[in-house]
Amino acid sequence: MMPSATNATRMNLPWSRFLGRHLTLATGAGILGLFLMVALTAPLIAPYDPIFQNADVRLLPPALAHPFGTDNFGRDILSRVIWGARIDLQIAVIGVVFPFLIGTFVGTVAGFFGGIVDAIFMRLVDIILAFPFLVLMLSIIAILGPGLSSFYIAMALVGWVSYARLIRAQILVLKNSDYALAAVSLGFSRTRIMFRHLLPNAIAGSLVFSMSDAVLVLLNGAAISYLGLGVQPPVAEWGVMVAEGQSFITTAWWITLFPGLSIVVLAFGFSLLGDGLGEWLGVRE
Amino acid sequence: MHRYRFVLFRPLQFLPVLFGISVITFILVRLIPGDPARVLLGARSTPTAIARIHAQYGLDEPIWLQYFYFLQNLGKGEMGKSILFKIDVLKLILTRIEPTLVLVLTSVILSILIAVPMAALAARNNGRLADHAVRIVSTLGIGFPPFWLALMLIILFSVKLGIFPVSGYGDTLLDKAAHLILPSLTIALSLSAVLTRSLRAAMIVELQSDLATAARARGMPESIVFWRHVLPNSLVPTINLLAVNIGWLIGGTVVVETVFAIPGMGQLLVRAIFSRDYMVVQGVAMVFACATVLVNFLADIVTVTVDPRVRL
Repeated sequence: MMPSATNATRMNLPWSRFLGRHLTLATGAGILGLFLMVALTAPLIAPYDPIFQNADVRLLPPALAHPFGTDNFGRDILSRVIWGARIDLQIAVIGVVFPFLIGTFVGTVAGFFGGIVDAIFMRLVDIILAFPFLVLMLSIIAILGPGLSSFYIAMALVGWVSYARLIRAQILVLKNSDYALAAVSLGFSRTRIMFRHLLPNAIAGSLVFSMSDAVLVLLNGAAISYLGLGVQPPVAEWGVMVAEGQSFITTAWWITLFPGLSIVVLAFGFSLLGDGLGEWLGVRE
Repeated sequence: MHRYRFVLFRPLQFLPVLFGISVITFILVRLIPGDPARVLLGARSTPTAIARIHAQYGLDEPIWLQYFYFLQNLGKGEMGKSILFKIDVLKLILTRIEPTLVLVLTSVILSILIAVPMAALAARNNGRLADHAVRIVSTLGIGFPPFWLALMLIILFSVKLGIFPVSGYGDTLLDKAAHLILPSLTIALSLSAVLTRSLRAAMIVELQSDLATAARARGMPESIVFWRHVLPNSLVPTINLLAVNIGWLIGGTVVVETVFAIPGMGQLLVRAIFSRDYMVVQGVAMVFACATVLVNFLADIVTVTVDPRVRL
């Protein structure tokens, strides 16, 4: 009885105590939660319309009426930063979810079956990894045409390789474990063994990695938008905003400063959540 | 010399990867919507002219034969002609290699110069205030968008202080160096954040190693133990980390060259994408991919040279 009793206490640990013990995880989750709230409530909390142009208030420095100032079209930077949270969070999440799913599936199947399937997929992984990530992304976007959907397609085509590699390495070890053999001898189907028995034990490393991947995806998505190949103006996205403010850096630094800072803080949140998850799940990078 | 035998065999393992790179870049250009002949001819495209271009470039042949021609041309060093610049892609790329190469090298050197003291400070004060400070700074640093950091450095150093030029490349050696400081610093600050994290972890392990304990037992001062024994050993995993990050580094130069208007391969790639100069996109992507493979190979050689225990 005793072990299960202690187990129960651990499971019922109050949230406050749990978060106190995992400060990194808590801070990361807090930052992400904040951005999520901002993104969800953007229409309510943004003081102005993010794309409304008002010639009377062009290039105003930060002041009470416009805490982050205004840009050359008289648009309120704070409102644009708030609305930008929607797009940039979406970039980080969608840009990670599809590669994660594809990579996890490929890695599981390749690792479990081995042989020719494994050889083909892993050579493909080697080849894609040989290309500098951003260069391959840009080349694909060059063909598909600029836009956010092109970015997501390019991410799905390129981003899965890291996940496939991580999961495959785990599955290779786990498929020879005793519980896997037990499942085989019980006559379970291969699909069931792969996805119900092996995958849940293999996925922790990928989950932790997906957080640092979210940072890279966010930075790449913003960079591609900055270059003019992703999100298109006048949509409020942080990378686009930095690009728009570039011509005014000598006179109106606030146009570039605040969207960039938002990227840094959101990325920090993802990094902390990744580090915290790693500590909690006992995953080493 | 036995441990250097991989230098002979490793290039053979690269063959499938190089083959794959050529297939992917070939497919990239063939997937472009629209007829390349029409793009090439522009306003002068008549049906007979299109048919002539098709025959001339083998575009009316089956796809596998087209790929064969593509390889054959590659062997002769021909990657097609740039529509925008009206010269051979290979020649065009050759004129753009220098700024990119110099930028990458100076960024790597600068990032090591930043990362080593930071990691040393953190590792030698493991768990104390300095350690936490370094960890927070490096975790923050990973999330700095290079294009934004570049602009912030321009505001600080070029606009406010007026020390460095805002953009461009320059002609003389000194001029080039002045133009490259801010771009290199941009990439180095981001890269050093990644390096610091890994170096710190490696240093903490090495500080507790038997080697370090033995050195201390011989009465060696802690600073000599650190700089002579711990640092060299912890640099080995960092070399590999640099090699793994070369793709990321190249991506960084693409963005930074665009921000600072440096006439390198990255800027060429972005301009080529905007002007639909697909042959250039293909050429640059291929050169970058081959460079990545080469750097990983070089990193293996360096690792084996630095650490005699490593067998590849």
